[in-house]
Amino acid sequence: MAISFTLNGKPESVDVSPDMPLLWVLRDTLNKTGTKFGCGMALCGACTVHINGEATRSCITPISSVAGKKVTTIEGLSANGSHPVQKAWMEEDVPQCGYCQSGQIMSAVALLAKKPNPTDAEIDGAMSGNICRCGTYQRIRKAIHRAASEMAGKSHSAA
Amino acid sequence: MATAPVVNRRDFLKKSAAGGAALVVGFHLSPRAFADQAKDQEEKTANPFDAWVRITPDDHVTLVLGKSEMGQGVLTALPMILAEELSVDWKHVHVEQAPTNPKIYDLGTGGSGSVAGSWLPLRQAGAAAREMLIAAAAKRWEVGTDTCKAKNGFVVHGHPERSFRFGELVADAAKLPVPNLSKVPLKNSDDFTIVGRDTHRLDTADKSSGKAKFGIDSRVPGMLYAVIARCPVFEGKVASFDAAKAKAVPGVRDVFEIKTSGRGASTTGGVAVLAENSWAAIQGRKALEVTWEEGPAAKESSEELRDQFLANAQKPGGVLRNEGDANAVLEAAPKKLEAIYELPFAAHVCMEPMNCTVDIRPDSAEAWVPSQGPQWAQAVIAEAAKLPPEKVTVHTTLMGGGFGRRYQADFVMEAAQVAKISGKPVMVLWTREDDMQHDFYRPASYHRLQGALDAQGKLAAWKHFQSSTSIAAKWSQKGADDPGLGEFGTGATIPYATPNIRIEYTLAHSSAPRAWWRSVEHSSSGFVMESFVDELAHAAGRDALEFRLKLLGEPRKIPQFGEGREDSHPLDTGRLKGVLELAADKAGWAKPLPKGQGRGIAGFFSFYSYVAAVAEVSASSSAFKVNRIVCAVDCGRAVNPNGVRAQVESAAIYALTATLKDAITVDRGRVVQSNFNDYAMIRMNEAPPIEVYLVPSTEAPTGIGEPTVPVIAPAISNAIFSASGKRLRRLPIRKEDLA
Repeated sequence: MAISFTLNGKPESVDVSPDMPLLWVLRDTLNKTGTKFGCGMALCGACTVHINGEATRSCITPISSVAGKKVTTIEGLSANGSHPVQKAWMEEDVPQCGYCQSGQIMSAVALLAKKPNPTDAEIDGAMSGNICRCGTYQRIRKAIHRAASEMAGKSHSAA
Repeated sequence: MATAPVVNRRDFLKKSAAGGAALVVGFHLSPRAFADQAKDQEEKTANPFDAWVRITPDDHVTLVLGKSEMGQGVLTALPMILAEELSVDWKHVHVEQAPTNPKIYDLGTGGSGSVAGSWLPLRQAGAAAREMLIAAAAKRWEVGTDTCKAKNGFVVHGHPERSFRFGELVADAAKLPVPNLSKVPLKNSDDFTIVGRDTHRLDTADKSSGKAKFGIDSRVPGMLYAVIARCPVFEGKVASFDAAKAKAVPGVRDVFEIKTSGRGASTTGGVAVLAENSWAAIQGRKALEVTWEEGPAAKESSEELRDQFLANAQKPGGVLRNEGDANAVLEAAPKKLEAIYELPFAAHVCMEPMNCTVDIRPDSAEAWVPSQGPQWAQAVIAEAAKLPPEKVTVHTTLMGGGFGRRYQADFVMEAAQVAKISGKPVMVLWTREDDMQHDFYRPASYHRLQGALDAQGKLAAWKHFQSSTSIAAKWSQKGADDPGLGEFGTGATIPYATPNIRIEYTLAHSSAPRAWWRSVEHSSSGFVMESFVDELAHAAGRDALEFRLKLLGEPRKIPQFGEGREDSHPLDTGRLKGVLELAADKAGWAKPLPKGQGRGIAGFFSFYSYVAAVAEVSASSSAFKVNRIVCAVDCGRAVNPNGVRAQVESAAIYALTATLKDAITVDRGRVVQSNFNDYAMIRMNEAPPIEVYLVPSTEAPTGIGEPTVPVIAPAISNAIFSASGKRLRRLPIRKEDLA
């Protein structure tokens, strides 16, 4: 039976086994490969997407549970990599191999939506589910602070 | 760039030759990254080439070479070197992966050697192209070449200045002879405007937007996804299997056995489950029923291996190095020390699990491989496909981490076997459990260190016995016959002055696959040696830094022991001293810390680079925390200091995981750990601030991806000793060891 949801702002419908995790639907059925497979057990965060705005590990999320919901992947974050978090990632030269970074960015964006100016402890709390084997944590931390001030500056000038 | 289409060699040369439209300079990367490159060039012709610079009339500069990007930033650093000599904006240099060519000897990407091995050849190629463009311009203007110069993509002359774009000159330049690469004039380093400047990576935008394509993202029309059930016991085999339940899983298309391949690709064999998507393949494997023939390795365990180590340590080992008479001095010394150190197997754990996509057609094959050794991948696919290697096109993709794991071709052989049998394009995908349980591990090792101090506190003797599972013994008969030296690395080159040195080794048996893990044997040697020197300093009643500096003495150059050839890069004790002093200075070594906190220091020479670290910890008898790590690095000239710092930060975190988290252990011939729940990684909340300081240098660049790894564990354990008085001699550090 087809399962319908919103993917990056557009309606999407897939006819797959209802217990198939969202991760594999994105990657293998819909060819959205920006979301990565790392562990299959929600232990590493490489597969992080937003479901109704919440950072969620797509590798353990059955597609049936996504019906009617809004899914955002790294591909849907911005049209041309212009999200303040993506820009901060570039300024701080965060990625090395880059494999975990889609998940890191999705976790960081979800954090900033809730805590526009996070403390280091809040960053630890929100980001410790995302493993980076290249050890880019220090740069991720700096980039989150940078994105926070950029976003604060923007909303300030917009106000 | 990183995702540029791969050209095959014939097309490339055809394109290069087309009407002389492009200027092409072929050259040869140094096969031995750290060798004396200038000397190498005298000994060999630079033909066939394995790298090219191509400049086309539209001003595009393309660098074609066989280096793979696994996060180390090589696709940023190498264009910077070329652009510097060529005098173009480095962002206009695009990198294309060189076609694999079975006739060219290619070492792949590893050993922290890409920048080091490319430095001189890239400069020479850039300079040769520049000189040809200048000569072409001078001829058109009818002026002397010495009155023209290259500037930011143009050749310029005179006042008021006139100029030609490089693109306007390539047709003429291509008709000129290529200058002798080893004699072409190189830029004065005082004039460098690109090399040595902090530079942003080229691939960050793609890696921050999901656009970067890794091996696992390869998609071929009509492809199937396969996972493989492998015997959990080392070297075990399939006895029988029943595919009925696996085939009943929706989406599963086929189930069949693949055979083991021994040395070489070194696969385990197993049962492949092919499906329409990865999930169905994984579910199919869960439903599959396999009976394994476990074989003799099923008796092996970590406890049994430790018993071997203990038994081996009762007898003298094979003598690898013997200078003076360490045994006699140790016997008679008034002050002597002995300590045992132990390190476990360690897994690579690339974030992107192993995978390979292969399409075998009747007369050719094509593969998408995240590989540090694409040429080996090509050979393995050719073997499985029963095709000549030149009929196999290998696309080297981005890699989600390498760390030495992706030098192996086991996952490539599996994909080739599955593709050959199925007749369809197939991706073989490993799960995290596959990756952790079928890795090629850093060897487990056991070390006994003995040292004697004379009345003046000088080091009178140094003796190091090691028993380990040896990488060399895994891979060849020659290695099995001489398994020891590679297990010490620069650990056999003692930088601390002593007249009596003895180094012994005994091989321990294990069926666990072993291979190169980030910094390889240096990860063990660094921990062992720099811990023991710390113990000696304490026994001598001296400050840990001062004791080291005194033993290093006046700057000396010590040939690397066991290299087996004349070495242009001896260990320079002056440079080792330099990084120890810099790290200590930046960390505030002399400044006291509050009670319950401590600093530890360690310095080590590997991959021809010098790294020292100072760790600051809080430690009690029940808990500890790493508060800060300060690293000082001398890796010669830093091409991209920003990239060098990133590699040091990365290696420090990699080493921190091996120091503080879990061991790979063996029970009943199988690896116990399976995923991040029982083989944990350092995470954001555990990552201390890391400061990196570079020693300014005009020496040629040396390795940077690995040499920070060896100093982290000893700096931390020495810091814990300083904070709590507890000496830790086995890794990983466990809380119960603090009591």
